[in-house]
Amino acid sequence: MNTAAPALLRDGRAIWALALGASILFAWATRDLVPWAHEYPRDWIWPIRFEITDFMKWLINDASFGLFSFTDLTRSIAWLLDWPLGLATGLLSTGLMQGQGSDAVQITPPLSWLAVIGAVVAMGHYARDWKLAALVGGCFLYLAMFGQWNSAMITLSSIVVAVPIGVAGGLLLGIVAYRSPWFERAIKPVLDLMQTVPVFAYLVPILFMFGFGPVAAMAATIIYAMPPMVRVTMLALRSVADEIVDFGRMVGCTRRQLTWKVLVPASMPLLMVGVNQVIMLSLNMVIIASMIGAGGLGFDVLAALRRLDIGGGLEAGIAIVVLAVALDRLSQAFATRPPPVHEDPARGWIARHPWLVVALGWIVVTGLAGLVMPGIQAYPKALQVTTGTFWASLVEAINVNFYDALEAVKTAMLLGVLIPFKRFLIGLPWAVVVGLLAVAGWRLGGWRLSLLAGGLALLVVITGQWEKAMITVYLCGISVLIATAIGVPVGIAAAERERLGGVVRAVIDTLQTLPSFVYLMPVVMLFRVGDFSAMIAVVVYALAPAVRYTAHGIRQIDPQLIEAGIAAGCTRRQMLWKIKLPLALPEIMLGINQTIMLALSMLVITALVGTRDLGQEVYIALTKADTGRGIVAGLSVAFIAIIADRLIAAGSMRMRHRLGLAAEGATA
Amino acid sequence: MFDRVRAAVTGGVVAVSLMASAAAFAAVESKDPIKLTLHDWTGQLITTKIMGEVLKKAGYNIEYVQADYIAQFAGLESGDLHVAMEMWETTGRDAMDASFKTGKTENFGETGMQAIEEWWYPLYMKERCPGLPDWQALNKCAEAFSVPETAPKGRYLGGPVTWGGYDDERVEALGLNFEVVHAGTDAALFAELESAYQRKAPILLWIYTPHWATAKYQGEWVEFPKYTPECYTDPKWGSNPNLAYDCGKPRGPIWKVGWAGVKTKWPGAYNAIKAFKLNNDEMSAMIVEVDLDGKDLDGVVAAWVDANEARWKTWIK
Repeated sequence: MNTAAPALLRDGRAIWALALGASILFAWATRDLVPWAHEYPRDWIWPIRFEITDFMKWLINDASFGLFSFTDLTRSIAWLLDWPLGLATGLLSTGLMQGQGSDAVQITPPLSWLAVIGAVVAMGHYARDWKLAALVGGCFLYLAMFGQWNSAMITLSSIVVAVPIGVAGGLLLGIVAYRSPWFERAIKPVLDLMQTVPVFAYLVPILFMFGFGPVAAMAATIIYAMPPMVRVTMLALRSVADEIVDFGRMVGCTRRQLTWKVLVPASMPLLMVGVNQVIMLSLNMVIIASMIGAGGLGFDVLAALRRLDIGGGLEAGIAIVVLAVALDRLSQAFATRPPPVHEDPARGWIARHPWLVVALGWIVVTGLAGLVMPGIQAYPKALQVTTGTFWASLVEAINVNFYDALEAVKTAMLLGVLIPFKRFLIGLPWAVVVGLLAVAGWRLGGWRLSLLAGGLALLVVITGQWEKAMITVYLCGISVLIATAIGVPVGIAAAERERLGGVVRAVIDTLQTLPSFVYLMPVVMLFRVGDFSAMIAVVVYALAPAVRYTAHGIRQIDPQLIEAGIAAGCTRRQMLWKIKLPLALPEIMLGINQTIMLALSMLVITALVGTRDLGQEVYIALTKADTGRGIVAGLSVAFIAIIADRLIAAGSMRMRHRLGLAAEGATA
Repeated sequence: MFDRVRAAVTGGVVAVSLMASAAAFAAVESKDPIKLTLHDWTGQLITTKIMGEVLKKAGYNIEYVQADYIAQFAGLESGDLHVAMEMWETTGRDAMDASFKTGKTENFGETGMQAIEEWWYPLYMKERCPGLPDWQALNKCAEAFSVPETAPKGRYLGGPVTWGGYDDERVEALGLNFEVVHAGTDAALFAELESAYQRKAPILLWIYTPHWATAKYQGEWVEFPKYTPECYTDPKWGSNPNLAYDCGKPRGPIWKVGWAGVKTKWPGAYNAIKAFKLNNDEMSAMIVEVDLDGKDLDGVVAAWVDANEARWKTWIK
């Protein structure tokens, strides 16, 4: 293999040169000869979207399994989901109610703000220490002080139900995929679809199936937030050292024991990355969920921005962030909490659960006190604070004083990079692009990949989405390049310096959970409606995985290898390029993969600024409740993602073969 | 299995509603909650909450559900949702037509408010373009409305493509030297207006009312040839004999729509919803109180309900 490599490489280059040369010649020579290869004729478009709409109608109205109809099935799922959600909402926000609507009678008031803060502080201390307790308590205090409490509790109640379902479902699917290669092959494309088909595309069907309201919103949230958990579970289980698995087998574990007592605990640190992602993505859906009836903080953000209340939008947006931080840190702490040294069953139940007792006592005391003193039940209005017009004034000051400078940067970037790149991509004949993708697939991963890449691209063409797809590729491509160029170095730096790592993590978590709407409006004010504003929003959002996975990849390198490098006299530079980066490559590639996925999922939001890509198409379909149109455009987005993902994966596989790292095994 | 579960649930609901109705002061047809949809703009929240509070006074059980303006039709058709209090002729026509065709939803009549949508500019642009508000002045000062990407053409910021509005067609038919850029949402639209207004920079955009923007910013509508239905359908009409759309945008009522089953399930509420009327001035005043003066929305609604008892009493009689 090694001796053959140079020859193969030269051969490969020749093939690339040949393919490129042929395409340029083709593009230049055949514009008039075969115009259909340049611009796909309208009459040839496959009207699949009408068929999908009809199918959906049939599914909702007529489909039946004999005893019960399809709608009965989905409605009963919705009914099941409604139980935990109703309970959570009752405890946290509305109080337990009897009856419906405005006639409902409150049986008990909701947990008071003091009770909730007390409970989370107790959880923080139980899970780790006073520092965490203070952080979590501070987060919740923010919600009360800034007047976000009621909305935050509505959001929290849907999150505390959605996240465990997402994590458990993801973990189970991941384990099955780990055990059965067949299932893994089947589920991977499904995961890609779940993550890349823009949420707007399946909102309408979900509303049909689950009815209007918080449950439908929660179903959409779970669909959106679960895939990273499945992926991470597969990666985590596979990266458990063989010795540990062998040891488990030697002591005679059953398959079930091996999974739950050996594999899952051993891969806990990486699994927690997945839990973190589920929490982050669930909170990410808060805005979109509020569009279909979830209410809560997402609704506040939307409403504030509709009246251009930048400060109000930011305060509600930050409330989502602090919720995310509190939940994430708590869940991480619970997972890494060392098991108690010994349990003395002779001691009473109370002595063994001091924190639980204290928290329950606190809830009862504040609950009773709240009946007499309203300030204990609900945070007193007089003590609420707000940043008021500070943020609006800040944006105004920047706008008035620096607009011209910003405008100059933007115009240069637009005219120098964005517009030429866009024109180039749109000008490419579709036949050439499909051909090149097929060649790339063949070179990187053989004829199967070639068929997949070429075939999916062809599907985009024949459903009539080509031009919009190219605009999508242009916008996401540039954004992913910029996000990677910023994210990977930041991730490396964060991994090498402990303190910087903490800061970076906080910033990244904020960027990923702060609804992009909050910064999108100031961005529009400074850069106007257009591609540039959209690009900024995509970069900011998609940065997170590039940083996070790079940092994780560098941190998990075996310290012995680093020491070996130092002993061999590597310079810092050599350490980075010859040892750390190659060893972290699988994680970095997973990070870039996720960056692409997030960039594509952000199309939904950029559509709200005003772009003309597939995201816009999906958004139009949503506002016209056109199921077929939305799904076809949504699938086109997913196909772009899958092509990019598979080509990158195959490319990095080859790279690792060349670097002799193939034995490391973990694939994205 | 599922039917049994459903029966159990319905049974529970009936039991609870029997208890509840004993307490209510007025006899109403059904104590199941009437679900009114809330969207994300203040005017709609006010309209809906006023209706809801009035229905509550009549003894009805009310539930507010947040839902998207267009996506809600799925819920209205299935009966998951019952009433949508603001459906604008100008933006909701297609969705309404499609939905009414199913027979599962129906038009509950006008709200009494009129939607206005048109090209709009801040007053300071009048100095830079003296012929305004007449549309023919636009071409003379296209340059004054231009930005680097569009120069020498002027830039017109249109609404989201989903709003329709035929602005691209209008520009072509009237031979306007302008480029149409579509904002993605109205939040983006007003963000640009705010930004331009702060710098007194040129801007020409799509504005609609009732909305706080027409109260906060001083400006005027561009005066196009007045809209008639023929203008949109007949190319021969108007200044351009070859193209349609050589006129301004239509103005139209804001409608109330809802689930067709409301009529039989809650006849009294149905009549009250049909009778509901507000006018543009009342609505604008309330929007300004909430969005610009920062008053609490529920407080503003309660104040209206207190002050207009005689009016809403006739709705629920």
